[in-house]
Formats: sequence, structure tokens, C-alpha cells
Amino acid sequence: MSHAIQDQRPVRARRARAGGSLTRGGLPRWAPAATAVLSTLLGCAAGLAFGLQSKVQWGLIAALLFVAATYASSAVVENTRQAKDRVATSVIWVCFLLAVIPLVSLLWTTLSRGMKVLTGHFLTHSMNGVTGFEPGGGVYHALLGTVQQVALATLIAAPIGLLTAVYLVEYGKGRLAKAVTFFVDVMTGIPSIVAGLFILTTWNLMLGFGPSGFAGAMALSILMMPVVVRSTEEMLKLVPNELREAALALGVPKWRMILKVVLPTAVGGISTGLMLAVARIAGETAPIMLLVFGSQLINGNPFEGAQSSLPLYIWEQYKVGSDASYDRAWAAALVLIAFVMILNLVARGIARWKAPKTGR
Amino acid sequence: MAKRIDVSGLSAFYGTHKAIDDISMTVEPHSVTAFIGPSGCGKSTFLRTLNRMHEVTPGGRVEGKVLLDDENLYGPGVDPVAVRRTVGMVFQRPNPFPTMSIFENVAAGLRLNGGHRRQDLSDIVERSLRGANLWNEVKDRLHKPGSGLSGGQQQRLCIARAIAVEPEVLLMDEPCSALDPISTLAIEDLIGELKERFTIVIVTHNMQQAARVSDRTAFFNLAAVGQPGKLIEIDETDRIFSNPSVQATEDYISGRFG
Repeated sequence: MSHAIQDQRPVRARRARAGGSLTRGGLPRWAPAATAVLSTLLGCAAGLAFGLQSKVQWGLIAALLFVAATYASSAVVENTRQAKDRVATSVIWVCFLLAVIPLVSLLWTTLSRGMKVLTGHFLTHSMNGVTGFEPGGGVYHALLGTVQQVALATLIAAPIGLLTAVYLVEYGKGRLAKAVTFFVDVMTGIPSIVAGLFILTTWNLMLGFGPSGFAGAMALSILMMPVVVRSTEEMLKLVPNELREAALALGVPKWRMILKVVLPTAVGGISTGLMLAVARIAGETAPIMLLVFGSQLINGNPFEGAQSSLPLYIWEQYKVGSDASYDRAWAAALVLIAFVMILNLVARGIARWKAPKTGR
Repeated sequence: MAKRIDVSGLSAFYGTHKAIDDISMTVEPHSVTAFIGPSGCGKSTFLRTLNRMHEVTPGGRVEGKVLLDDENLYGPGVDPVAVRRTVGMVFQRPNPFPTMSIFENVAAGLRLNGGHRRQDLSDIVERSLRGANLWNEVKDRLHKPGSGLSGGQQQRLCIARAIAVEPEVLLMDEPCSALDPISTLAIEDLIGELKERFTIVIVTHNMQQAARVSDRTAFFNLAAVGQPGKLIEIDETDRIFSNPSVQATEDYISGRFG
């Protein structure tokens, strides 16, 4: 569903200047693609000719050539206004490519290196009895730990965050609301290690509990809460006031209005925001190191004893420094990415399923 | 059904700004009363004070009395939610709930207040949609989303939604201003039918509409921008449009205003 205004450039007319005063010369439709191919070739040629080592330099030369050639050709054949328009378009394309390159390269590296040891065995076994230098072992204990810790953190943070956002948008006014907003902003900036240290001093040192998945989940929930509040708040603000008034005018109490009209209308955005928050904490390592401690064994009880988690596992395997452990680290990274991606897809599914319906 | 509204000495404020000043009028049951006047003169604000929707706006505050058959809406201990169940409202822009189907939209007021059986609900939905002259158009797609209807149908859906909770009074805030002439005609016809069952108050910028649908017409005006709006006069619609007792009214309806 695109909201972009379709403003096609006039395709070059045969009798360009001869036509009425409204017809102008135009570049053919394939011109941008041709310019792109040409400038890429020129960029490569320049790179070879000057013996530049870095492919990044080749790419940058090609990008600059592309923008310059677009402007020049359009300015000659069309006019300067069209030329500026085309330059803006091509700059956006170049920026898009620059932004996509790291993403694609990251995905490609993780996929190609991670697939090597990613098997059923890897997913269903722990590192029990496997030393870091020998191949084998698996990620099951870490995956289990991540799922449990993230689920617990979400169970703590999501209700509090949701209710805070509902308070801020629907009820909050005056000093309390301002204070809450301020502290949410402050919380957004808390480094994860500080959240970990906070739980370490209160839960573990002052109250005397040992390391556990739950302790880690509490630290993660501190990190997650402000993200949930912020995103939910924005989504609730997008719900038109007219819907609130319509519900109130039917004699619906305010709490029911929020529950039955406001939240369902915003549920797509809220679930997306929630999943982004989950994705953010699923990759946290620092608080896990402090509070969950790490383990090579399967521990299915998040409330007692050390667990592992995927980011921690990756770090541990990387630290061992053998070929086998590198492979395991990449495979675990792939599992982590897949985990977050599946969650995102689920959120999108929910968003699409629950989104306000527009069909006739 | 249908109650008398008796307003005395009503002023409404947004924060410290006084929007309407000292309005008194009576609205008879089973009648249509139209409010006309220039923009910003407080017609809509006054309408919203009649079902306590005014105080939903941040800073909204009301002084004075609104009696609904001798019961003061602004008396101590009066629950605004109960008031709004008795005095329904239709808004300027059609606003069906986007997450709900046509059926659910009409049933929303009942369902959100709980305690209705399924069979009752579908009876009430059918009756309300028939009441809003929409049944024949939507009976085959009751479970399609309400936002898929045309603007005029959506507005009639909103009317059906408002009358489904069986209010005594129906307030309409420029219900036709976003609609084409044919939909407007449909809604005007509907207003004529609905007055058998409800007391209707309608705000409109269209003076022909006021002349067509209303029994009585109230003219609001404001002395200057920033001044509170006032009720200039209220009388039988025929008299307002033929022989008003105040010069300002005649100036306004004949277009010689300002």
C-alpha cells in the first residue's frame, strides 16, 4: 500500500519541441538504469586504472559518477528543475544502497558461516562435556535461557509499560504526568550494565539471592519498560479523539472506552512496539553476564541457578578462539537473528490481523 | 421516551475563557430544535453541555443548570456516563469504530455496557438500522467493516449506533456538513421520523436545513471575537425565518451579517 503520489515524468515525445508549448524533451524511461550501469562500470574501470585496493572506493566513485551523470544528462536534455528532481531521486537511491549494504553483508556473513554447524543436533544439545576446542555441542541451553529470560522480562515490563502509557495519554495531566514522562526519558538512556548493576546490588547483594534467569529478566525489564512506554504512547496518541468522544457519547465508561475502543484500534502498533522492545533486550549481554552468570548445562528453571543466553553464549564461544567455537558462535548468532525475526513476523501477523479494517 | 430540556443560566468555559454566557431555553419533547449562528458562537459547545460531553475537553467547565424532566444534569452525584446514555450524540464527521463490523458498531453502545443476550442484540441492531434507514443497504454485509461504507451511510450508521442505546434525547452536531445533498436529504428525512421517538437538537450551518427540519430555531451570536457566545433569540422556525424579533437575526438569515 503506497501513499506516494504517482507523478510520472513525461516520456520523451517523438515530436518533442514541435508539439504544443506544454511538451518538453524528456529522458527515456531506461535512462536512470543505463546511467547506473554505466557509472558502475566507469567506477570499476577507474578503480582498476588507478589501482585502488578498496572496493568501497570503487563504489563511492561509481555513486558520485551516477549522481553527476544524472544531473548532466537531465540538465542537457530536459531542464534544470527536472535535473534537480532526478538528482534528489538518485541521491535517495544511493543512500538506500549504502544503508542496505551493511545489512546484506551482515546477513550474508552470518548465514554463510552459521549454516555450517546449524543442525538439529546443535539446536537440541547443550555444551555439557564439550570443551571449547572440540567440535559438537549445541545451543539448546542458551536458547532456552534466552526464551525464558525474555519472556519473564516481557511479562514484567509489558503490563507496567502499557499501563503507564495509558495513564500518560488518557489520564495524565499536571505534575505527576510530567514527572513520569521525564523519568521514562531518563530510563531510556540507562546503559544496560547499569541496569544489571542495580539488580545485582539490590536482589543479589542486599537480598542475598544467587544468580538466576529471573534476576537477569528483571534487569532486562528495566531496559524494556521505557521502550514499551514510548512506543505505546505514540500509538495511543494516533487514535483519533473522535473515536473516544463517540464512545463516551454512547454512555460508555472511560475505562471501557479505553479497553474496547482505544486499545483495539492501536493494537497493531502496540504489538509492533512491543516486539521491537523484545528484539532490543534479546541481544543484551552485559546484565546477563552479571546476573545469570552463564552455564554450559541445561537449566530449565529460571528462578534458581545459573543459566545461559544466546548473546552470552556467542561471547563465550568467541572468547575460546578455536575454529570449532567460532563456528558455534556464528551459528548461535544466526539462531538469535532468526529468533528475533520470527518474533517480528509474529508481531506483524498480529498487527495485520487486528488492524482497523478498511475493506468494502 | 423523549424528555423536555430546561436550561437556565448556563455558561461554559474552556479554562478561563468563557465560551458561552448565561443561556436559558426550553426544548420540548418530540420536537426538533435547530441551532444556527456564525462559527465560534458556541452552538456546538452549548450542544455538548447538554450531555456533559463539554467536560471531556481538557479545561472544560460549566456553570448553571440543565434540567432533563426536572432532573439537573449538573446536580451533585449525577453520573456523566448515565447522562450520556440518556442523551445521545451524533458528530459532525462520521466516526464508526474502525476495528468493528457494521453489526458491532451498532451494538457497541449496548455491548460496551454489558449484559445483553445475543438474540436481543441482533433484534436491537436490526431495529436501529431500520430506524436509521440503513437496514436495506447493509443487511447482507453486517459483518463487514463499518469504515467500508460511504460517508452518508457511515453517518446513518452513527445515528443507528446512537439510537441503539435508546436515549431520550438525540443531539446532532452538524450531522450533514460532510455529506452530499442526497445523503443530506436521507438524513433530514430520518430526522423527521426520529422526532416521533426522541427529542432532537441539531446544530447546522445550513439555514435551509434548519428551516426544513426544525420546529423551533435558536439563533446564537457573539459580540466580537474572543467574547462569549450568546443566545439571541429562540422561536418557532417559521417566525425566525419570516419575522424575527431581533434585527441581528434578520441580518444573519438574510445574509447581511457583519
